[in-house]
This record gives sequence, structure tokens and C-alpha cells, in this order.
Amino acid sequence: MEKGSIEMEVKNIYIKGIPNEEFKDNEYLENYVTELRQNGVPVIVGKLDDLINWGRSNSLWPLAFATSCCGIEFMSAAAARHDLARFGMEVTRNSPRQADVILVAGTIVHKMAPLLKRVYDQMAEPKYVVAMGSCAISGGPFINSYHVVKGVDEIIPVDVYVPGCPPRPEGLFYGLMQLQRKVKMERFLFKVK
Amino acid sequence: MKDIKELVLETIPSAVVEEKQKLTVTVESRDLHPLVATLKADPAFRFDLLMQLIGVDWGEKLGVVYLLSSSADISKEIVLITATDDRKNPLLYSVTDLYETAHLNEREVFAMFGIRFINNPDMRRFILNSDWTGFPLRKDYNADPVLNPVNLVSKEMTDIAPSIYETPQGEIKEKLTDIFEKDDYVINIGPQHPSTHGVMHFRTALDGENVKKIDVHSGYIHRGIEKLSEELTYSQILHFTDRLDYLAANINRHALCMCVEKAAEIEVPERAQYIRTIMDELTRIESHLVAWAAMCNDIGSTTAFIYGFREREVILDIFEKVCGGRLIMNHNVIGGVMFDIYPEFQKDVEAFIVQMRKALIEYHRFFSGNVIALGRMKGIGMMSKKDAISWAVTGPAGRGSGWSCDLRKYVPYALYDKVEFNEVIRTECDSFARYMNRLDEIEESCRIIEQLLPNIPEGAFATKTKPIIKLPEGQFFQRVEAARGEFGVFIESHGDKFPYRIKFRSPSMALVSIMPHICRGEKIADLIAIGGSMDYVIPCIDR
Amino acid sequence: MLLEISHPLELIKLTASLDSFLHGLLPSWAALLIEFILVGVVLLAMYAVIALILIYAERKITAFFQCRYGPNRVGKYGLIQSVADMVKILLKEIIHVDSVDKFLFYLAPFFVICASMLTFAALPFGNGLHAVDFNVGVFYLIAVSSLSIIGVLLAGWSSNNKYSMIGAMRSGAQFISYELSAGLSLLTVAVLAGSLQLSTIVADQSYVYHWNLFRGHLPAVIAFIIYLIAGHAETNRGPFDLPEAESELTAGYHTEYSGLQFGFYYLAEYLNMFIIAGIGTTMFLGGWNAIQVEGWDGFNQVMNFIPSYAWFFAKTGVLIFLSLWVRWTFPRLRIDQLLNLEWKYLLPINLVNLVIMAIIVVFGLYIK
Repeated sequence: MEKGSIEMEVKNIYIKGIPNEEFKDNEYLENYVTELRQNGVPVIVGKLDDLINWGRSNSLWPLAFATSCCGIEFMSAAAARHDLARFGMEVTRNSPRQADVILVAGTIVHKMAPLLKRVYDQMAEPKYVVAMGSCAISGGPFINSYHVVKGVDEIIPVDVYVPGCPPRPEGLFYGLMQLQRKVKMERFLFKVK
Repeated sequence: MKDIKELVLETIPSAVVEEKQKLTVTVESRDLHPLVATLKADPAFRFDLLMQLIGVDWGEKLGVVYLLSSSADISKEIVLITATDDRKNPLLYSVTDLYETAHLNEREVFAMFGIRFINNPDMRRFILNSDWTGFPLRKDYNADPVLNPVNLVSKEMTDIAPSIYETPQGEIKEKLTDIFEKDDYVINIGPQHPSTHGVMHFRTALDGENVKKIDVHSGYIHRGIEKLSEELTYSQILHFTDRLDYLAANINRHALCMCVEKAAEIEVPERAQYIRTIMDELTRIESHLVAWAAMCNDIGSTTAFIYGFREREVILDIFEKVCGGRLIMNHNVIGGVMFDIYPEFQKDVEAFIVQMRKALIEYHRFFSGNVIALGRMKGIGMMSKKDAISWAVTGPAGRGSGWSCDLRKYVPYALYDKVEFNEVIRTECDSFARYMNRLDEIEESCRIIEQLLPNIPEGAFATKTKPIIKLPEGQFFQRVEAARGEFGVFIESHGDKFPYRIKFRSPSMALVSIMPHICRGEKIADLIAIGGSMDYVIPCIDR
Repeated sequence: MLLEISHPLELIKLTASLDSFLHGLLPSWAALLIEFILVGVVLLAMYAVIALILIYAERKITAFFQCRYGPNRVGKYGLIQSVADMVKILLKEIIHVDSVDKFLFYLAPFFVICASMLTFAALPFGNGLHAVDFNVGVFYLIAVSSLSIIGVLLAGWSSNNKYSMIGAMRSGAQFISYELSAGLSLLTVAVLAGSLQLSTIVADQSYVYHWNLFRGHLPAVIAFIIYLIAGHAETNRGPFDLPEAESELTAGYHTEYSGLQFGFYYLAEYLNMFIIAGIGTTMFLGGWNAIQVEGWDGFNQVMNFIPSYAWFFAKTGVLIFLSLWVRWTFPRLRIDQLLNLEWKYLLPINLVNLVIMAIIVVFGLYIK
């Protein structure tokens, strides 16, 4: 227990960088896993799952569905200063078939909605969605418009929301790291349906 | 100005000529085309440039406002207005035979107001889907989402263009034209494509590797900014401008601020002018860097892309220190700027200029002189000066065709009349000229900043304005030189705190509209490279 | 001639003793069978490992050229980044696309991977580390490596996707053109070496000045440069990556492939780079021979201490680095420029070069 709490504290400083007690860091993700595994897990299956999740979470190849401003911040994130490659995510695949995570960066409007859906459908499982920027989350400043979809989650399931208008590259990284955490708690073998 | 009035009245005796912010001429719809033709052909005036084409809904009337200018001296301006009473089936006469740039603009007016243009060969809706119910920018538009639900199944594109034409006997007839031939090999470049710089959609007919015909589709990022603005106060609209051409965010916002300030007669303190001009030029450098990087990436040089973004980050740091924003700064406000510059601003900018100059040398060594790069740019995407004017392609692209069209020289605003800089003009008309123009303009921008930097006066950085600004009744124009060309703002005010109609003239729209013309016969690879050299930003087109 | 010193790190003794051990224990057919299987397994494992290393190396080197860090989160310095990628790709869904030509669509990746595997297996990795030593080795390498184009063409055609089709057609034109140059430049060296057998070619290049690159004077250097360009083009990389030109064709011929099928293309792409560099090393740079200078006995002794396979991989590594350097520096050629380069420049130069080389060999003007 004590060891765990120490780890928590170190983690708090290291990952968040925001010494803010009210900030909730989605600890429930790890808590879920601990809770589920309280009664033990089959060794081989558990370890295999860990390995698979490790591979998947560290190899998230993005498909940049960049429609507007956020797309430029995504490019900034991929460029020299911020360097998305550190996480092994620089392999942007332009073909949805080969991508793992679709980064919806920018406003999605009525005319684009069917195309976003189609690109999402073309992706191979396992696939994840990151809604980058307030437009993708809710329609942002354009929420009252006649031609804007009020959040991509009306069309496709979203895993991580990265707020901001546009979010800074650091914000995007934080979002992607949350996605990595999320991927790590999946089960591949003997899925509970 | 006297004789232009005479010319107008001579041509169209029934015309109403008024001196507003600009010289404004109101004519019947039938008289518009002959008047425009005369103004364009007249050797003294040569109004051969259609700068803005703005649809307006005046309640009982639906009409269009034209802002004409002259390519020889783009400070010359005349405003033409025409309207029709028929709201059920509004018809006006097209000017597409005089100005190529009218094609897409008229199609946009059709999508937004339902006005159809006689003799325009292609009257499909631009921006909106063809099955959109209602015309959004009309005042009586029904915005009920039930009428236009979010569709999740994309439809087949029909590629049939309806048009409406007048026979010599004066009859009005409709006809349908096929865009492509039956056995054309048509590929969709975009809307989700790595190199369309956003969500442009070129339906491209190919003949082997050669481009046979391009059909431009847009509207994949149409957010209805103009409609939204009609229900917001002027200071609330400001943030939309940053999100139009996000790479030249500050310049766009500057344009709208100036338009409102001029109309409301708000004095801007000199310190604010200095800050605005410097920030505009920094924005221009930043935008050109992205343009350079993206173009290199389009040609296949990923490393150059990363290098361009590396220098850009330094500017973004300065922006961030000034106002907290990186890409979208929200810095200009009506009456000045939102935040004063920080104490080390000058030092940082000076350091950046030194770095930028070094980087420019590196760029030239690394890319401009590269054999393959030269082969991919020289003699490719030829855009003659005549074409550039007809399509109203301004900015570095227009100046690459030998057309002197820098508004900072012709209609100086802010502090551009106090600084010395060269207008970068090249006459090669190809991709390489446009490419080099951008890099040279970075140098000119550095020069402008250097002249302003030591002389920033002390004082207030913004005038106190009322929280809600009411503009006097009238039509107000403001044109500025954004990073991609002329950015224009049009406000029609009815004396309210909201604008009655607001319209942004997008430089990128002209850049895109000429693409089918200059890419014909080139290879697919060159289509992408030319697109890179034009450097359009799509959200600016769609608004 | 060469110093006879013990090569403590060489694997030849190990393989030889394994061979005699098996033959002593089993009838010769059984021993051979076991050896075949062993060789196959080792080669397959090497294939995968080398590909993973190359992928990592490329990403790191790219980052170096682009002032970035590159992968550094997975493992120390991101060393096992490509292992994570492999785990992911192995378990990624393979999408069954309705409108494709099913048989050809699923067949295509195997063509590509088999072609590169067959070529890979015939490379002499070191002293005694040569799976098959044909007397027509060079011919075999050229022939087998050309098979992969069938896979690419099939992929583009069967995908029923216009982008893939364009990518495949480009690839076809490019590959067939540059295969000529690569073949001719290798032929030039074969004329010089007087043999098509890889073991003989390697054995003849003992001292540095015996390397075919230097032995054949200028024609050999020209052949080497042309080989590098053509080989680079054959691997669809660098300024020649038209078939999958990302900014034009999204992902080219493999646009419709997902999961492991895409993994095959990805793997084959990197391995082809290795193979081209490996053939270049064998034919021009003395193969697995250590750097030996006549008369410098001490130096030679030290160099000889380094095992032959290390030399092979080191030389190949240099060529791969060169290839990456070119890739991340130059913009992409256009299809007509690409074909012009081959048919108007490289091919005529190559033909003349071949004649000059023949003259040199006939009159014995090469370094003996």
C-alpha cells in the first residue's frame, strides 16, 4: 500500500506537471484493472495481454483527420520542437486501413460528417479516436451554426477529448498519453463480453 | 472622380450614383453587365479586377454588391449594386465572361442566397451540398436542424452542372452539362488527402499521369461564420477572423478591427499601430514559413518541412509571450491590442531576425538550389499576368506573375507608409517564382520589423471603447494584404450593434479557383506541387 | 598472401563442427534435412530481426537529420520501439475488402515477401555463412529480386482502388526501367570478376585495392554509382518513392492493405534496402572481407580479428546510411523525370561503361 502511494505521488509530479489537487487524472483507469485483477489472473493470459497492450499502446500510428487550425498544431507536434516521434507515433499513415488512431483535428461540418464516418469505418480494429480541439469536441465557437456537427461523438465513438482552441502540442501529447493508458487496460484474450 | 460618374451615367442613365465610403453605383439587374463591361474596357479606368462579389438580402430585395478595382492601380475602387425583387426565383446576370473569378463567387451566392446567374455556365451550389434545404444567409432562413439533418452516408457525386442562359431573342432557358466525359478516369484528390492543405476536394480527370480537368468542390469546413456573425456584436465577431486563415490570424483580425474602427471613427493609439504592424509582419513570416515547409513536403522533402516548423516555433514563442496564444492569438481588439508587449520583446524579435536570416540562407542551400526541386518547380504551373488578374489572384502568387498588387504599397494602412520595403515581384509566372517570392518576402518583413522595432513609442496600447459598439448606417470596406493575398472585409450596418451583413473576401478562394486552369496538362505530382506553391488555406474559403 | 591467423569469433568452425556432428550421428539425408530446416529457421529469424533493427535505425537516423530525437520512450533510447510495432501489427485486424479481386489481393503480399526472402537467403553474410552458393549467383539475385514487382502490380490492380492502380503502374514502369541499370552495372562487375559465383567474387577481393570498386578503375566506380542510384530506385525509396508518394497517392499500391498484409510490405521495403546494400557490398566492396592492406601486417591482424559477418554488416550499414541520407535530403522526382534519368542517362552510360570494362578486362588493365 505504502509503496503504491509513493508511486502515486511521484507520478503526480512527473506526468501532470500541474500541482493542482482538484485535477483528476483518470486514476480510475488503473483502479479498474487492479479491482478486476484482485482475485488473480491466469498467468499466461495475463502476461500475454500485458504484452499485447504494451505493443499496442506504444505503437499508435495516427491518421490526421485535420480539417482546420488544430491540424497545424498537430503538425507542430510532429515537428522538431515537440517531436511526436518520441512516442513512436510519427508514422502517420494516410491510408485509414493502416492507422490505429484517428485524430479528428478541427471542425466537422455537415458535408464532412459522412466522410469522417467512412474513414472511421475503413480503419482496422483496434481503432481509437481522439477529438482534438473544442470544435471536434462540441462544435466549439461555431456550435450555433447551421452547418456544424456538435461534436464528433455524434458520429463516431471518441476515446480521448483534448480541449483547447487549438490545444497546444503539449496538450495533445497529454491526450495521447491518456490514450496509451486507456489502451493498456484492455483485454484481448478471453474478452468479457 | 467627376468623370467616372459621367462615364457611368453616360452608359446607364438610370444609374444612381452616391458618394459613400466608396463611390457606389446602383443599377437595375439588366444594366449591370453592360456597365461592368464598359468600366472594364474603358482605357482611363480599366476596372479589370473583381475584388469582391457579395450577396446581400435586403428584405424585399435580394442583391449583389460588386467591388471593382483596377489591376494597374489597385487603390482605385468602385462599388456596384444590383438587386432583384423576385424572392421565389431570383435571377441576375453573370459577369463570368468578364471576370473568371466570378465563377466560384456566383456559385457561392447561389448556395447562400438562391440567386441564380444567367449565362453562368455552371450553377451548382458551391460550398453547400446540392440537396441543402434553404439558403442560409437569407434573413428568413429556417435553421431547424430537422430540415438539414447530419447525414452519415455520403452520396454519389453526379457531376452534372445545370446552367441558365439567355438566347439572343431574350428567352431564358435552362440546360444541363456534364462536367466530365463518359470514360474519364476520375480520381478524388481530397477532401481527406495529405496534400490538399486542408479539406479541399479536387475531382480530377486523368489521362495517364496527366491532369485533364479539375472540378473544384469545397465546403467541407464551411462553418457558417458569416451567418453566426449577424447575431453577434462587433467585438464578439473578432475571434472568428482568426479562425478563417489561421496562418495569418493576426492580419485578418487587424482587417476587421480597422474596418470597425474606421466606421465608428475610433482613434487607434500609435503604440498599438506599431505593435499591430510588427505582429502582422511576424505573422506573415510565420505563414510563409508554413507555406514553404508545406510546399517542400508536397514535393517530397519531409526534412525541409521539419526545418520550416523549427524556425516557426520561435515566432510562436514570441506570440505566446505577448498574448498567450500560439497559433490563434486573439491579440487585436477594436481600438488597439489586447495586451501590451513584454519588456524583452524587442530583444527577442531581434534575435529571431538574426536566426531567420541564417535559416533563409540554409533554406536556399538546402532546397532552392536542389536540382530535383528546380526541375519540379521551374516552368511548372504557368500563370500569366492576365490570368492572375482575371482570377484576382493576389499576394505572393500574383506577384510571381509580374503583377504589382501589394496593398501595403497602394493603400497603406497601419504604419506601412512609414517604412521602407520592396515589393517582391517576379515575372517567371511559374511555381518557382511563387516559391522564391515567399522566401524574399520573409526578408522584406524582417526589414519592416527592424525599422519599427527601435521606435515603438510609449503610451496606451488601446483606446477605451464602449463594450457595445454601434456602427453608423452604411457599407464599409476594408482591404489588407494578408499572407496569401488581399483579405477583404465588408460590413453592411443598419445602425445596429450587430452587422446586417458581414463578408470576408478570401484570398485563398482566388488561388483555388485558378487551379483547374493552371494545372491542365500537368502531371498529378505537379498538381500537388502547384497547390503547394499557391498555398491556400481552406477554412478561409469556406468560412 | 593473407595472414593465416585464428579467427576466434568466426562461425565457420561452429557450423562445420555441427555439420560433422550431425553427419556422424545420423544418415546423411537426415543430417541434411535437419541442416536445411535449421538454415531456414535462422534465415527467417534474421530476416525479421534485421527488418526490426532497420526500422528502428531509420527512424532514429531520420530524427537525426531532422533535428529531432526520434523514438525514445519504449525501452532505453526507444530501442524496442519496432518490437512494439511488430506486436501491434501482428494482432491488427486484416480487413476483408468486398470489392477486391480476393485471390490476387491476398496473394500479392506473399509475392513481395517471398521475393525479398529468396534474395536475402542467397547473400553471403560471412565466411561460411552462405546458404546457397550458386555458380550463377549474381544472375539468381537479379532474377529473384525482380519477382517482387509482380506482387506490387497485383496489389495495385486487385485493390480496385484508383490510387493503388496509379501507384502500381508507376511502380511497374520504375522497377522495370531501373532493373536494367542495376542488372547492367552488376554485369559490369561480373565481367571484371570473371565469375557469377558470389563466393568466387568475394574471395577475389582480398586486399582493399582488389575490391571491385577500385580494381576496375573508373568504369567500376561509375558502375557502383549507377548501381546505388538504380538500387535505391528499385527499393521505392528516397527521391524515387513515387509508387507510394505520400503527398500524392496517400499510400500508393498498398493503400487497401491492413494488418499483417501491410506489415509484409512494410517489412519487405526495409529488407529490400538491406538486400540492395548487401549485394552492393558483395559485388563492389569486398563482401565480408576485412579491410586488408598489403604490407601492414599488424593492421591486418587487428582487422582480421573482427569476424567476417561483422564486416559484412558494417559495410552494408554504411551503404544503408548513404541511402537514408539521400532519402531525407532530396525531394521526390516526377515520373517523367524519373524515366528520363534512366533511359536517357543511366542506361546509355551503363552500356558504354560495360564496353569500356570489357576492354579493360581483355587487355588486362585492371589491378592484379
